[in-house]
Amino acid sequence: MAKQRPVRNVPKWVRWLLPVILLAQIAFHVAGPAPVAIAAQLGSPPAINSLRLAALGEPVGLAVLLDLYLQAFDTQPGVSLPFKALDYQNIVRWLDTILTLDPHSGYPLLLASQVYSQVPDQAKQRTILDFVFRKFHEDPERRWRWLAHASIIAKHRLKDPQLALTYARAIAKEATGPSVPSWAKQMQIFLLEDLGEREAAKILLGGLLASGTITDPHEARFLMERLKALESAELSSKTSKP
Amino acid sequence: MLKSSANTALTPLTARTLAIARYTLLEAWRNRFALLLIGMLIVAVLASIFVRQQAITESARAQVAFLASSLRLGTVFIVAIYVLQGSLREFHDKVLELMLSLDLPRSSYLAGKFLGYALISVSCAVAGSLPLLALAAPQDVFLWAYTLMLELWIVAAFALFCITTFTQFLSGATFVLAFYLLARSISAIQLVSQSTLAEPGLATDFGAFLADAIALVLPRLDAFTQTAWLVDAPVVPLSMPGATLQTAIYVTLLLAAAMFDLQRRNF
Repeated sequence: MAKQRPVRNVPKWVRWLLPVILLAQIAFHVAGPAPVAIAAQLGSPPAINSLRLAALGEPVGLAVLLDLYLQAFDTQPGVSLPFKALDYQNIVRWLDTILTLDPHSGYPLLLASQVYSQVPDQAKQRTILDFVFRKFHEDPERRWRWLAHASIIAKHRLKDPQLALTYARAIAKEATGPSVPSWAKQMQIFLLEDLGEREAAKILLGGLLASGTITDPHEARFLMERLKALESAELSSKTSKP
Repeated sequence: MLKSSANTALTPLTARTLAIARYTLLEAWRNRFALLLIGMLIVAVLASIFVRQQAITESARAQVAFLASSLRLGTVFIVAIYVLQGSLREFHDKVLELMLSLDLPRSSYLAGKFLGYALISVSCAVAGSLPLLALAAPQDVFLWAYTLMLELWIVAAFALFCITTFTQFLSGATFVLAFYLLARSISAIQLVSQSTLAEPGLATDFGAFLADAIALVLPRLDAFTQTAWLVDAPVVPLSMPGATLQTAIYVTLLLAAAMFDLQRRNF
């Protein structure tokens, strides 16, 4: 006996109803509003213990989902300045929670330093950069790159070289492992130079060259040239004084 | 056998449908479904009291939020499992074959079964709203319970469709779970797939297209039974008539699909 009867055994009204009601479902969906993430709808993150419980032993997987969930609030179609509409204290709480769930992930800090820092609001920029700075102290060897970007944002967007220098000094002081590239450790030298503190920059540069940590000959030559340039600039400024 | 004295004034077809619905309810009663429901309610309420005691701030809000979300998931779970298990037993015990041999149209059987499950869903939604009445505004609880009832109807219809099509518990339960999770998260998936932060390319575009295509044939269950209605100012993303219309369309679609499969089945 055949397992299924032919389609002609299905009553005609069922054969008609099925495609018609399927079209009705599609029409209903198309006619309805498209899902849009609204800034005001981003509530506070759940407590970390609740999330750990909800993760069912998979905090890394849940952290990824939360990253994507939070990201959906950044990319609201048709909204030209979506970041401005976001509550940055709340964003920081979300990022902090996600980072606590998965401390090895760079995703929340990337969102903070590269995405949320683009907001055209200095107070919000400072809030998010401060978050990156705070989280850097917990794992400098792994998180230096986000603070380096924060330093650049502080210098060029916030026009606050002192804040940029604070971040750069923290990298040089705390991120001392071999995985941290020299340019990151040297950031403070160039920032000091920009600030007009040539003497401090010269000492730092000289110390770096003398320490033997620069192994690449091209890099060493470049830094030597920078040191010479600083010294000649210092000399010319002294001779030009009345 | 299927006719009852109360149904004699109705057309034979309607009377048969109602008789099937009545026997579905009777079976639920004899299977101690009510006891299971009450047990689930008691456990959810006790757990919510524990949550309230543990919360260091907004304890009342935490209790309502936990209780509402637990009741929603709990009722969906027991309705889905009950529909799958109850219908499957009729397939395996040849009860369905026996009933169809008594001049009972397959459409009446399916409609009667769904009607019975729909009434069970109503009792679940009403029972689930009772503990919330003590903790939230009655009008918000009504909105919550009404959309929970609609959500349970959709889940029951989907479970009925799955068991008619697959006639296996494992496949049916897997599909019901996947359907429910997808229907609850499809809006979020669509938003994520539209992210301008993602690397542009064919894979990204295809992902977004696929999410939109799947969303077309799914009900937006994320807009139903929101806990936020009970704890915050009620914001209704899908209006009550909208939710009702969506349920009517989707349940009809699922029942038509189940009917199609049932009509083709050879017993």
